[in-house]
Amino acid sequence: MITATQQLECYLESFSEFEKLAAGHALPWLRKLRQDAFARFCEVGFPTTHDEDWRFTNVSAIAQTAFRLTRNRRVRLSQQELEPNRFTGVACQLVFVNARFARELSSLGNLPEGVKVSSLAEEISSNPGAIEPHLGRYLDIRRDAFCALNTAFVEDGAYVHIPRGTLVEEPIYLLFVSTGDDAPSMSHPRNLIVAEENSQATFVEDYVSLDGGEVFCNTVTELVAGDHTVVSHYMIEREHKQAFNISTLRIQQGRSTNVVSHSVLLGGALVRNNVHPLLAGEGGECLINGLFIGNGRQHLDNYMLVEHASPRCGSRQFYNGILDGHAHGVFHGRIIVHKDAQKTDAKQTNRNLLLSDDAQIDTKPQLEIYADDVKCTHGATIGQIEGDALFYLRSRGIDEVSARKLLLFAFASECLDRMEQGRVRKHVEGLINRCLFQMANSAPGASTGNRREDTGRHWEEIG
Amino acid sequence: MSLLEIKNLHVSVDKHEILKGINLRVNAGEVHSIMGPNGSGKSTLAQALARRETYTVTKGEVSYNGKDLLAMKPEEAACDGIFMAFQYPVEIPGISNAYFLRSALNSTRKHRGLDEIDAMDFLPMFREKLKLLDMDEKLMNRSVNEGFSGGEKKRNEILQMAVLEPKLAILDETDSGLDIDALRIVAQGVDAMRNPERAILVVTHYQRLLNYIVPDFVHVLVDGRIVRSGGPELALELEEKGYGAMEAEAGHANPA
Repeated sequence: MITATQQLECYLESFSEFEKLAAGHALPWLRKLRQDAFARFCEVGFPTTHDEDWRFTNVSAIAQTAFRLTRNRRVRLSQQELEPNRFTGVACQLVFVNARFARELSSLGNLPEGVKVSSLAEEISSNPGAIEPHLGRYLDIRRDAFCALNTAFVEDGAYVHIPRGTLVEEPIYLLFVSTGDDAPSMSHPRNLIVAEENSQATFVEDYVSLDGGEVFCNTVTELVAGDHTVVSHYMIEREHKQAFNISTLRIQQGRSTNVVSHSVLLGGALVRNNVHPLLAGEGGECLINGLFIGNGRQHLDNYMLVEHASPRCGSRQFYNGILDGHAHGVFHGRIIVHKDAQKTDAKQTNRNLLLSDDAQIDTKPQLEIYADDVKCTHGATIGQIEGDALFYLRSRGIDEVSARKLLLFAFASECLDRMEQGRVRKHVEGLINRCLFQMANSAPGASTGNRREDTGRHWEEIG
Repeated sequence: MSLLEIKNLHVSVDKHEILKGINLRVNAGEVHSIMGPNGSGKSTLAQALARRETYTVTKGEVSYNGKDLLAMKPEEAACDGIFMAFQYPVEIPGISNAYFLRSALNSTRKHRGLDEIDAMDFLPMFREKLKLLDMDEKLMNRSVNEGFSGGEKKRNEILQMAVLEPKLAILDETDSGLDIDALRIVAQGVDAMRNPERAILVVTHYQRLLNYIVPDFVHVLVDGRIVRSGGPELALELEEKGYGAMEAEAGHANPA
């Protein structure tokens, strides 16, 4: 454990070294971006549970560990090592090891003409003019210390540029691998995705870890969806059960855009998933869909901030959580409707299944409405596996463990069903099934005992 | 040997004694009807036989097919050929009706040492049963009972029965809430499944259903006990006079 001063010293040391060597260190605008962000981080430090946005999530385990930047530690991974974590059948795959682009493990496949998929660090060095107008422009480092920290250490990650009118049919798959070390290590992947007007594409961010060890992955993705774009984004967290993962997806939506964000949190010890779309253009639509499945002592926090800044936009949030053991889930759904965003139609639903007495969920809707002609609803439910449904299945000959599995899959499939049919969904489905399978099988009281099972404790709230 | 033999069965729900000593013998091939007023324990008997765990057996014995039924879990009883059509079929969002039925069928087949049936082989057999109950195939791709009308739910129960082919079928107020057309389809579906190897226990409040499924025996349940048994004419008598007379009689015979 380290004190606050030691903690800052540790980051300061990392930063001053990083600043001198990082890609684009000679670019004045980038230098300023990093320095300002670092100054902001030093000013506010890590959030505490006194901070309203972090009320249910204690990050002291991150704050009190002396993480080092893994930038200089080149890790060589073989294709074989990576294979089990690969997502097969997709042409365009970029692999990042501890946030550094691994060219030898990546393949670009056949992308339509003009589409650029590369490493942010390379782009900063070779073509900074394309990066400057976007990088850090959408993210508010004042809002969140982790965003400030990521921006201070901004260097590598994915850079994607889709020119106007282009349809990219294959998903663009980004695999982030964290590998442990003897010393606690951190990485700050930063992705910049610019989809120009009237284009269409699907992106997958998949976070895995190859071995144990204390790793802290703090990632930020800025996604710019130009007017009339159709964009799907998947975030999959399946690191090992000691990993810390903080991620922020900041989406800037233009006019008449259709953006879908799917988050699937299965791994990690402490995970915070921030999704922040800003509906800046008129008539934009977004669907924020998520599933989090926790076991053991996992802490999975979902912080949604849906900002309606223009008229006639629609947003839908659906998050389902399944928690067992001592797992703790959080769903914080904030909707801000700005003064001019008339005819907003915003909906939010969070459903949770608690499988043990010690599992915990905090769910908090937060609506801030400054326009007067809007439709906003929110609702949350917390329940257990229903005794009635379980008995119904068993009375047809299905054994108890299988019946539980079926009901868990059914609950999870509400989220799966919102995903487009195709390879990505198959991949995600496989991961979820494996996770639930283990959960149902390892359930200690699979027969009776301490399992929760009744219909008596449901609550619903519509406002 | 009777297929089902119930001796002095006492059942409690939430420490409340509902069944107070039921005795009943049912042979293969027979149809028995259990009739009784609301709260007499009809559904409790059905649920207890289907081995619902929240229904606690405090006394008595039930032998089914020569085995101790009370030692079985719900899934074991089901695999051994007991089927209960629910009074209130449960909605299960996210599981398709077809998948559910096939899983159920394969569980019981596995139990009997038979091979599992795959989706392709399942379909023709399934279509035939759907026709029997005049059901739309589209319902099969929907989630189990979700958004089904009352009649569709009940038909779905009988469809499951037709697919699982039980030895002992228990219909728990299958007629409740059905209009006359739906009732006829459901009842004819059940009647078509009568055969010498199968026993059917029809739990009902009204005689209406028994016009289509004519029982061999009728038992009247009042306050947790069978107060009278007889042939199908007993059901008609009840329809005419109501339960009042019998309740009074029972009250007189068994002062609580």
